[in-house]
Amino acid sequence: MRRGLTPINLTALTLGFAFLYVPIFLLIIYSFNESKLVTVWAGFSTKWYGEMARDDALIAAALMTLKVALLSSTVATVLGTLAGVLLARFGRFRGRTLFSGMIYAPLVMPEVITGLALLLMFVAMGLARGYFTVMIAHATFAMAYVAVVVQSRLATMDRSVEEAALDLGCPPFKTFLVITLPIIAPAVIAGWLLAFTLSLDDLVIASFTTGPGSTTLPMKIYSQVRLGVTPEINAISTILVGIVTIGVVAASLVNRRAALRRERDERLAFAKT
Amino acid sequence: MASGPTTRRTFEPWDDPKSKPILRVSSVSKSYGSVTAVDQLSLDIHRGEFFALLGPSGCGKTTLLRMLAGFERPDTGRIELDGVDMTAVPPYRRPVNMMFQSYALFPHMSVEGNIAFGLKQEGLPAREIKTRVAEALALVQLPDYGRRKPHQLSGGQRQRVALARSLVKRPKMLLLDEPLAALDRKLREETQFELMTIQEQVGITFVIVTHDQDEAMTMASRIAVMDRGRIAQVAPPTEIYEQPNSRYVADFIGSVNLFEGNYVGGDGAPTMRCAEAGCDLSLAQPLLVAPGHRLWVAIRPEKLEISREPPPPGTLNCLSGVVWDIGYLGDFSTYRVKLDSGKIVSAAEANRMRLTERTISWEDRVYLRWVPQAAVALLS
Amino acid sequence: MTFGAATREATRARWAARASLILKPLQSALDAFPPSRWLMRRLDRRALKGRLLAIAPPYAWLLIFFLAPFAIVLKISFAEPDVAMPPYTEVFALIEDAGSFFLSIKLNFSNYLLLIEDDLYLRAYLNSLKIAAISTALALMVGFPIAYAMARAPRRWRGALVMMMILPFWTSFLIRVYAWIGILKNEGLLNGFLQWLGVIGEPLTILNTDFAVYIGIVYSYLPFMVLPLYAALERMDESLLEAASDLGCRPVKAFWVITVPLAAPGIIAGSFLVFIPVVGEVVIPDLLGGSDTLMIGRLLWAEFFSNHDWPVASAVAMILLLILVIPIVLFQRHQAARQEAAR
Repeated sequence: MRRGLTPINLTALTLGFAFLYVPIFLLIIYSFNESKLVTVWAGFSTKWYGEMARDDALIAAALMTLKVALLSSTVATVLGTLAGVLLARFGRFRGRTLFSGMIYAPLVMPEVITGLALLLMFVAMGLARGYFTVMIAHATFAMAYVAVVVQSRLATMDRSVEEAALDLGCPPFKTFLVITLPIIAPAVIAGWLLAFTLSLDDLVIASFTTGPGSTTLPMKIYSQVRLGVTPEINAISTILVGIVTIGVVAASLVNRRAALRRERDERLAFAKT
Repeated sequence: MASGPTTRRTFEPWDDPKSKPILRVSSVSKSYGSVTAVDQLSLDIHRGEFFALLGPSGCGKTTLLRMLAGFERPDTGRIELDGVDMTAVPPYRRPVNMMFQSYALFPHMSVEGNIAFGLKQEGLPAREIKTRVAEALALVQLPDYGRRKPHQLSGGQRQRVALARSLVKRPKMLLLDEPLAALDRKLREETQFELMTIQEQVGITFVIVTHDQDEAMTMASRIAVMDRGRIAQVAPPTEIYEQPNSRYVADFIGSVNLFEGNYVGGDGAPTMRCAEAGCDLSLAQPLLVAPGHRLWVAIRPEKLEISREPPPPGTLNCLSGVVWDIGYLGDFSTYRVKLDSGKIVSAAEANRMRLTERTISWEDRVYLRWVPQAAVALLS
Repeated sequence: MTFGAATREATRARWAARASLILKPLQSALDAFPPSRWLMRRLDRRALKGRLLAIAPPYAWLLIFFLAPFAIVLKISFAEPDVAMPPYTEVFALIEDAGSFFLSIKLNFSNYLLLIEDDLYLRAYLNSLKIAAISTALALMVGFPIAYAMARAPRRWRGALVMMMILPFWTSFLIRVYAWIGILKNEGLLNGFLQWLGVIGEPLTILNTDFAVYIGIVYSYLPFMVLPLYAALERMDESLLEAASDLGCRPVKAFWVITVPLAAPGIIAGSFLVFIPVVGEVVIPDLLGGSDTLMIGRLLWAEFFSNHDWPVASAVAMILLLILVIPIVLFQRHQAARQEAAR
């Protein structure tokens, strides 16, 4: 059968991943271009990185984004984990349909609608707009993502492990802390990371819900991009891509090493019987 | 079958009217939507019993066990443990422990951590926890495995850890949900005897859920055969096998030939008129039913005598037919015989000699017979 | 248990062990602190209250910050623009007349009338739907072979391939769209490359056309299509195809009658995940599309940020929501059903 990598499959993978990655590589390469023109190669240079580092407004925006992302992803993780547990473990409760609707809708809701709606809500509540309102907005839509990640992990988790804890005399709330939470921890961490990057990345919702003086990095980049392509933006982009790549690759390497070690343990256990 | 040590033979608290059951289930029902999983079920289990709930999947045995553990709450009825009403008590406050089919070991804790978990919930001093964990590990013969993690154990070892974990709290009753289902056949057979030994050592009442009749027959002091949320029969293994109370039980345990017919009274010589057999079948005892009443005669294949020689005329319960199929099982051979009425009857014969040439072969005309005491008359 | 599954289980256990190391001090602190024991016992005794306590925070948060805002959008879509802050008139007002109070409700339908009268809006809605539909189909066409090849790749590669598919999703959306500007410009890398090859003499105009918008959307939303497809295809038992072949079905036909129907949940989920957000897309048409690339999200953005007309922006959002409510509800049903099936 068509198991493994047939020529067709290999072509699909090569073209597909080339499509995904070539633009990003080009972006990175041209961040080291001497010339102001993004399309003409004029020699290697790191001057745009220096330029970027001297841009105080840019640094301020980056710090603001980081602050919002840290706070919002943490709030989103707490609420989203709870929501995921409700969906996966609480069976039918009153208002479940509405609840699951409110969890899944933000995943697909166009950002302009969410952004506008939240802004009008903040205005109606009389909240001063600034990093705090952006934080709330990001936490709201990111918690849906966390909830989905946590819920799908719980769905594959053997429920009798929790039942065993109850059976051995551990009350439900403690069981959640001592048994469930450690077991789903990787999913919770993944959810936090997802919420964090979603917040770092968001332009539209932040544009609606922010106030004067609270410009985030994507807003800053966007206003510069509309003026035209500059190598400085390539430099910022390269740094952002680099951070994410290093983070993801490091995490998967750690995971892989652990997996290899465990595999050896398993072999030993199987061999002994 | 029930080949336990001699102490078992006299252990029959269910026949002792003075014995107070440790568990009393009274008319418990549980349904999920329109499906009734357990239907008005009542059951008494006595201290020290090894009790098996046996039935096909979906018969409600697991639901019943989960109600005993407290994971499900009965819709109606009452569950009493040692005289205390447990119906509404949550699982973490019941003096009952469960061993799960998947073992449900905590993956992030060591073997010791797993076993100590239940004791820690009781707030016992660390020193006592330590000694009891060590005792439990010794009981399941894994004394040096305390520091391992569950994934560093083989399936059989995980099963032992799960057993130790559920026993260490010294529950009033241990519930076992298909405890051997994940083991391969050979290991399963060894473990059956080990479980029996451990049960006798600790003296805790065991309630086991299983769909495997051999498992139930080997280990249990009594078996409850379940059918669609009800109990079809509760009895010791020998009685379940030799004295089934219904076609369902007779058919579920082992294989059986069933003949349908109508009762013919008669003084001292009760018989059943049976079209399938082609003759009247004589019964061991008279029944308390009117003549003409519908009934069934159940006869196990190994209790049939098969031969090519026609029996002397006047022999009771003698059928004749043609060999349709032969199954050679090593220790036994099974003959499927087609009677003149078209009905297929199985007869099993132990292969006492090394089989070099068959004495009975396909298409042979053979005669089957049994003494009336070997068969059971069933009214349902 | 297969070896791979066992290893995955073990890796999870290892993470769980680490997490419990962190949680352990917290837990023992909780255990040592008598009021917490009392509290936990209380919580568990009042199981129902405990439940309520767990349900309330996320539920309340979503009600306040997700559901309620839509009611406000609805309200403001009936207001009139005003030169004030906030720039709209009140719809509800308490007025006093001869000692008694009346609730006055002033509904202003002119915002909606504007949407009907000015065909700009209608064209924008229709064009958004068209662009979303075409790009969903394109993403499916591009994504299916990739997902299929990923699912059929050797097992030890799959993790890395999934990781590679997710990685761009973790990097900034804006940056990825920006990267295409440099490629698609008249004097950009693509034109330069094609001219160097000699395929074309004059540079092609790609940037600021609908074509560029399609490229940008497919590029940005590809992981959303590929990952659900991959999940469905990976679950599929390969012996099904062998059985089909054994029963005399040709591979091409087996693909259509076995693989595609079994991948249907993935196709549906992926299509929703691409279609719905694309209808309201702002950034891609703004950066890659031309001034004539009419999309409703862009229009809403302009009404809000350029014209400061909050009521019209709200009306546009309300209609957009109405258009999307059916697909959103269908998507939610689909997800909930999958969740049920996973149990």
